Amino acid sequence: MNNAVWISLLAGVVVAATPLLLAAAGELVCERAGLLNLGVEGMMAVGAVCGFIAAFTSGNAYLGLLAGLVAGLLCGLLFAWLTVQLMADQVATGLALTILGHGLSGFIGHGYAGDSITGLPALPLPGLSDLPVLGPILFQHTLPVYVALALVFGVHWFLSRTRAGLTLRSVGEDPKVSYSLGLRVNATRYAAAAFGGAMAGFAGAFLSTSYTPMWAEGMVAGQGWIAVGLVVFATWRPLRLLVGAWLFAGVGIGQLFSQAAGLDLNTYLLSALPYLAVVVALVLISRDPLRIRLNTPASLGRPFRAET
Amino acid sequence: MSTRRDFLKTAAGLAAASAMGGLPMSAMAADGYYKIPLKKPLKIGFVYIDPIGNIGWSYQHELGRKHMQEVLGDQVQSVAVENVADARAEAVFRQLASSGHQLIFTTSFSFMNPTLKVAKEFPNVIFEQATGFKTAPNMGNYNGRFYEAQYLSGLVAGAMTKSNKIGFILPFPIPEVYRVVDAFTIGLHETNPKATVSTVWVNTWYDPGKEREAAQTLVASGVDVIATHTDSPAPMQVAESHGIYAIAQDSNQIKYGPKAQLTGVIDNWGPYYVETARRVLEGRWKPESTWGGLKSGIVQLAPLSPAVPKDIADLVMKRKAEIENGTFNIFTGPLYDQSGKLKVPAGKSLSEGELLGLQWFVKGVEGKAS
Repeated sequence: MNNAVWISLLAGVVVAATPLLLAAAGELVCERAGLLNLGVEGMMAVGAVCGFIAAFTSGNAYLGLLAGLVAGLLCGLLFAWLTVQLMADQVATGLALTILGHGLSGFIGHGYAGDSITGLPALPLPGLSDLPVLGPILFQHTLPVYVALALVFGVHWFLSRTRAGLTLRSVGEDPKVSYSLGLRVNATRYAAAAFGGAMAGFAGAFLSTSYTPMWAEGMVAGQGWIAVGLVVFATWRPLRLLVGAWLFAGVGIGQLFSQAAGLDLNTYLLSALPYLAVVVALVLISRDPLRIRLNTPASLGRPFRAET
Repeated sequence: MSTRRDFLKTAAGLAAASAMGGLPMSAMAADGYYKIPLKKPLKIGFVYIDPIGNIGWSYQHELGRKHMQEVLGDQVQSVAVENVADARAEAVFRQLASSGHQLIFTTSFSFMNPTLKVAKEFPNVIFEQATGFKTAPNMGNYNGRFYEAQYLSGLVAGAMTKSNKIGFILPFPIPEVYRVVDAFTIGLHETNPKATVSTVWVNTWYDPGKEREAAQTLVASGVDVIATHTDSPAPMQVAESHGIYAIAQDSNQIKYGPKAQLTGVIDNWGPYYVETARRVLEGRWKPESTWGGLKSGIVQLAPLSPAVPKDIADLVMKRKAEIENGTFNIFTGPLYDQSGKLKVPAGKSLSEGELLGLQWFVKGVEGKAS
């Protein structure tokens, strides 16, 4: 197999990992603030349909990305309103959001299935895109691919180096203590949920305006759930998301390629490989239960009421 | 949407051969026709598993319904219920049957058993179920010989490929899939004996992301024509963006691949719906298993791309005519399997039963048979 084939496969992995990275980075921030939002799949669906409709009606795929982001943000705010304000159960609310997102996206997108748009253009980064090997793998993609990579490092920097990030983490660890210290627990959680939603919506819009420029009900096809899983896989550490998302996308594309190359392997086993790889990785991580417990935001999934 | 047509289709092919014969005759008139007390106009219900949308499996059935309504005019009054999940199917059939619909088309393989159950409850309603294999006195089934159009597509692909490598994206290892891949490859070798087919199983009927990735990896491995038996236009989009060719599936996908689409398989249920409704109206309906292809019009060939050379276009039209008038059998020997073993000797052809249960790839298909 020559180098060009490898390069094109690895470039494919970087693109396939993009929606996972975007949605998982958003969910990670949300969970670090103590909110477990299982509605990522539904928010991605809403982002995908709104993104497609905006791109289709305006003729501008970038507007589609923006519309997807805003739609996802609104979904995130809805989640925050229900779980922070009304203190609804987070798991149930998240699942409801997924179901709602599925139904709503089908309803909104009713007349648009089967329409075609011109997808986002590739934006080769000047200078970087001409690098041998790395250029075509990393720097000849559409905008959201770069955003996803920058986002992972951005979230890492935000959580570990900024005051706001510290506030967010302390809210996630112990909202009561944070509140007594004068931190704005609810506002922080609202913001985190909105960010998580916006990134999920953006990821959905990437699918419908760039990855497969079309709208079809069910096109998110479980990627939101994988994003939620990746957050646990990464033990709530942003940079580890890169490893997880690339591993997952890489095994997925690798199994398709091994078939195209005519290797004599069982296709059902191959299809299960990405999931198997994640399970193996999780087992390796959880050999040390203490490490998981130390990393898990302590208040994850628990409602907070300010005692007065 | 992933559930449409369902995994159970595997069973369809296997069992179809044995199930096609045994119809209970007791409820029928002496002439074999199943007669019901008709009310005019005939109310007809259509049940689709997907949202209708503007492309794909259910959309093609909706086009068929509209065609029937147009041809038969005020003799019939039809309604479509879309996006019916398997779990809700029975309730929808009952509701249609009890609201005066006397002919009901259920258009997913997974609707087979619910249709059978409801058909027994409503003897004065006639049911027609797509792609299944069970029948009852008031229930028939129908399916398409999609492989006929795939054979013609293979003729075109063989002439157009420069790398002599074709990619085929496959959903599940069922006879329908082996039939289309084998027929395609037989056509391919007729115009280009050196060309090979690389297969990729994606184990889904519909997942745009995965179909795109499969198409991308096929492109990376050097194919320059992509065919698929999955349902999304993602492979067509990939072909268009790489400046290579693709074969459309279910619907005309020219919107997604104005330059890429060479030709393709189009499902066309309209003529069948007209004929069936007419038979019911005229008291000439009986429960049958219909497996129609190019001749009956259930399967059509998408328009040939202007890039196809004239001699190939002529050959396609010649073979199409021969298939339609029954003088050409695609699965005629000598046919070898992947290991080079002679499966069909020269001068012999596969029987209908063998076709229904087909489980092997012909020589020239690379990649595992399941």
